[in-house]
Amino acid sequence: MSDLEALRGRIVEATAAATSPDMLEIVRVEALGKKGTVTGLLKELGRIPAEERRERGQAINALKEEVSAAIDARKAELEAAALDARLAAESVDVTLPARPQPDGRLHPISQTMDEIVAIFGEMGFAIAEGPDIEDDFHNFTALNIPPEHPARQMHDTFYLRAKDVGNRMVLRTHTSPVQIRAMQALIKGDGPDGLPLRIIAPGRTYRCDSDMTHTPMFHQVEGLIVDRTTHMGHLKGCLIDFCRAYFEVPDVPVRFRPSHFPFTEPSAEVDIGCSREGGELRIGDGDDWLEILGCGMVHPNVLAACGIDRDIYQGFAFGMGIERIAMLKYGIPDLRTFFDADLRWLKHYGFVPLEVPTLIRGLTP
Amino acid sequence: MKFTLSWLKDHLETDASLGEITDALTALGLEVEGVHDPAKDLAAFTVGYVVEAKKHPNADKLSLCIVDTGTEKVQVVCGAPNARTGMKGVFAPAGTYIPGTGLDLKKGVIRGEESNGMLCSEREMGLSDEHQGIIELPEDAPVGAPFAKIMGLDDPVIEIGITPNRGDCLGVRGIARDLAAAGIGTLKDFATAEPVPPAFESPIQWRREFPKGQDDACPMVVGRYFRNLTNGPSPAWMQHRLLAIGLRPISALVDITNYVTFDLGRPLHVFDAAKLEGGTLTMRFAKTGETILALDGKEYELEEGMTCIADARGVHGIAGVMGGEVTGCTAETTEMFLEVALFDPIRTAATGRRLGIESDARYRFERTVDPESALWGAEVAAHLVLDICGGEASDLSIAGEMPDTAREVTLRADRVKTLGGVDLPVKAQRQILEALGFATKESKGAIVATTPSWRPDITIEPCLVEEVLRVKGFDAIPAVPLERESDLPEQILTLGQRRESFARRVLAGRGLLEAVTWSFMAEDQAALFGGVPAQLHLENPISADLAVMRPSILANLVAAAARNTDRGYPDLGLFEVGPAWRDDTPEGEDIVAAGLRAGNSGPRHWAAASRAVDAFDAKADALAVLAACGAPVDNLQVTRDAPDWYHPGRSGTLRLGPNVLARFGEIHPRVLRAMGMKGPAAGFEIFLHHIPQPRAKGGKTRALLRPSPFQPVGRDFAFVVDAEVPAEALIRAARGADKTLISEVSLFDVYEGEGVAEGKKSVAVAITLQPREKTLTDEEIERVSAAVIAAVEKQTGGVLRA
Repeated sequence: MSDLEALRGRIVEATAAATSPDMLEIVRVEALGKKGTVTGLLKELGRIPAEERRERGQAINALKEEVSAAIDARKAELEAAALDARLAAESVDVTLPARPQPDGRLHPISQTMDEIVAIFGEMGFAIAEGPDIEDDFHNFTALNIPPEHPARQMHDTFYLRAKDVGNRMVLRTHTSPVQIRAMQALIKGDGPDGLPLRIIAPGRTYRCDSDMTHTPMFHQVEGLIVDRTTHMGHLKGCLIDFCRAYFEVPDVPVRFRPSHFPFTEPSAEVDIGCSREGGELRIGDGDDWLEILGCGMVHPNVLAACGIDRDIYQGFAFGMGIERIAMLKYGIPDLRTFFDADLRWLKHYGFVPLEVPTLIRGLTP
Repeated sequence: MKFTLSWLKDHLETDASLGEITDALTALGLEVEGVHDPAKDLAAFTVGYVVEAKKHPNADKLSLCIVDTGTEKVQVVCGAPNARTGMKGVFAPAGTYIPGTGLDLKKGVIRGEESNGMLCSEREMGLSDEHQGIIELPEDAPVGAPFAKIMGLDDPVIEIGITPNRGDCLGVRGIARDLAAAGIGTLKDFATAEPVPPAFESPIQWRREFPKGQDDACPMVVGRYFRNLTNGPSPAWMQHRLLAIGLRPISALVDITNYVTFDLGRPLHVFDAAKLEGGTLTMRFAKTGETILALDGKEYELEEGMTCIADARGVHGIAGVMGGEVTGCTAETTEMFLEVALFDPIRTAATGRRLGIESDARYRFERTVDPESALWGAEVAAHLVLDICGGEASDLSIAGEMPDTAREVTLRADRVKTLGGVDLPVKAQRQILEALGFATKESKGAIVATTPSWRPDITIEPCLVEEVLRVKGFDAIPAVPLERESDLPEQILTLGQRRESFARRVLAGRGLLEAVTWSFMAEDQAALFGGVPAQLHLENPISADLAVMRPSILANLVAAAARNTDRGYPDLGLFEVGPAWRDDTPEGEDIVAAGLRAGNSGPRHWAAASRAVDAFDAKADALAVLAACGAPVDNLQVTRDAPDWYHPGRSGTLRLGPNVLARFGEIHPRVLRAMGMKGPAAGFEIFLHHIPQPRAKGGKTRALLRPSPFQPVGRDFAFVVDAEVPAEALIRAARGADKTLISEVSLFDVYEGEGVAEGKKSVAVAITLQPREKTLTDEEIERVSAAVIAAVEKQTGGVLRA
């Protein structure tokens, strides 16, 4: 049997000496191929005397398995080495910048509107809409602002070129005409079908004014409740809840001051507490106040102008500037920059689009 | 409206502190806009005693003063000619901010002599232009005492904002009344309105001459003649108050009119009677072309219907707005005729606006002046004139009558609770109203309040609720949480609103930055984007750049891209979701999602090649939004009829039959050039409300997914077609060849050039066959291939490329 031993020794040596899969394949073919040395020994078994054949057969098969295992092991070894070598050769500079990805942003006005919607939506307000180009009735008359009222001058109205005399359209000076449209939409047949009514109306508004703190276009959100029982206590509750939720300052002081608007009676302006220590504005407890919105109980003349029985129904309305509360919350210093579409500004102050504000997930990413 | 604390205390007996008063004012709706305490600015300035003044050893015009400041003796170099031993002056130590120079005083050495402070002139104190010498204080002024106190300048000035309904608070007395009602002291008696006995009959009489039915332009006017007057400077106390609120003292008679205007909200006018002609002054409408030189020194041309005051010679006053210069009072005036009138607020406002005159009188008349002040105003003025200028007063000349403005307004007992949210006993409600000047009585459980003459703004029950609440304080209203009708919040966004939101988030997700740009734009730029009809032109634009309503958002985005390019950022993607207009009706306002990509697709990058943006960027953006909004994107037709602000050969329209959902393409180079852009730029406009409503049937259930167990098979084809054949047609033809087996047709190559005949192109598509029943045999695959080739040939004339 020493011939087998010798063969085994040669093959194992050749296997160990193979330094590549190709060389190893040659070793394998030479040993185990159709014309291989080990295969040849097996073929010769038939010529061996029967009494030796069994033992010899077992020995050759053992050799075959041993050689085969040795070659497989060497193969795995070589492959691992080859992979290591390839990986070593393939290494890259991982400090290189990654491929650019889309990186868009939402405008702070959109984000703020969505935040407002999220809060008032929880309180059961629906969203109403109206056109930016309004007629005199919806923008003024129905809101208890008669033609000679000084408020029409205060409003710095933009007028569109008249189609015919006495029928000048205006760019709405506030979102309040949406109140009128929402109430009018309820009137079917004899009386209000859709009451109680709870709406907010965010949108573009226009005033003929342009300086450091005024732009000819800006955004407001209007709110309106009409039912039989809502009173000023509810108005306070609603707006205090809003202020605390929106500014995400749970204990921000909220102050109601008597004021005057033609379309509400009583009327109030709302301030939130702030401090300005060291020139830095901080919303919350402090010794100063910031005016943020106007509100009041809907004037009976406004209800009547929409065909709603002023003796039965009442409610409140409010309006606030969206840019203003966005500037306050996010510390954006200059109103005019909102409309310049400077991409540096949009990237800096804009919001990632993936998170839709909700109260339960958190308003601000 | 400005006033000082001491002025307020003329009308209000109170021990309240300044802080309590200002808090109460704001709580009453008289919002404090500022409190200025001049004593604070002047705190460093004290009374100094000049112990010794001698000539400066090295300068002729300077003196060397030793000043006793009350705490120490310091040396001061002084240049004033009146500096002398034994005088008392205003001393400012080194380090003091000097209002008149705007600088901090420095310790210094002047011509070799140390100077440790300054003796101040009026100009240095910011009190006047007087700079001839230093201020000389009375001999009894206590050394070291604050200068502001000695001079009566320690009177805080309070500025409040008055809402247009509160004309009654445009006088200090009205403000005091509100404060008294709120419990800040007691309102003092109105003693100055006692009638002045007439010394003679007025030689000038009032007349009103208005067309029938229009004498409400001036319901009443009262006049009074004064003679033997001396019109010198007004007394110091009056000057101080006028100066404190920013008015320049002129002469006693003029100062009295200003003082009464701010003290009582009662505008007055004084004529130099010697300059009036004839014995009659007439209130009438002006005739077109009449002119007046007004007290502001400007000449105004009046229009028909403006109320004016005229004598036999001409017009001498614009009613309620401004008097005339020619008949104005001067230092020489000895005879004066006083006008105390009531004017129609609306006409006064209109006249003032037309003429562009802002005046304290107009401001009050257009907010309504207390009608009863026509009479008491003549008495108040007479007291002041006689006290200050001497002389005698005539009887009153009166034309018209005092209108009775008193109204009864009912306040139901529970309304303060049911509208105002505050439970307040009727007695307390009445008390508040009475304190504000209402007469009240109870009737059937309700308060019947009669309005005082100075409160024309109180017309209906909610006005009374507001009065009660305002005096009680809005802080007293308990906040009540708003209850929702349903347990859980309901969906509140309409489909349209959600689509706007989808559009924003999809586009931002694709790397575009959301812009918000003006709704208006320049007319010439609008013309590049289809132009606008006349009805979309603003009558009073802020500037020519913002003169018309935008017909397309894209226009503003191109302008924004040009601005960013000029700033050095030429590669960008912007979008905006908002309105664009076709006409001025609500239906003419389209809600559009528009976007623009300009420059290169991205920054140069080692691993990602950058390229110029093109129509397919815009198309992809548009399709992404349409898909997110639920449009049937697979069924959309693409036609080559985008409007002419797009590149005619590189743009298209996405539509469902006649319904245009969107358009996209490269922006026309001519448009870009006109707007200051080099390009390239590609944009899109999506009409969100043109997207069809989803079918309501089926609810939220999705169709069942049936994945096939059999592998899909892919086959590639290259066809040669005429160059004009739209790729879309070829894809459609291939897809239609076997609707059950062909699951996808994707176009992966378009080639024109060598190897393809002139006027032809080669289009390569990959077709995916998805068997559902069994694995496909070669014969079946061959059959579908043949069908594809036949369909493409039939519908596009394309032949399989050899």
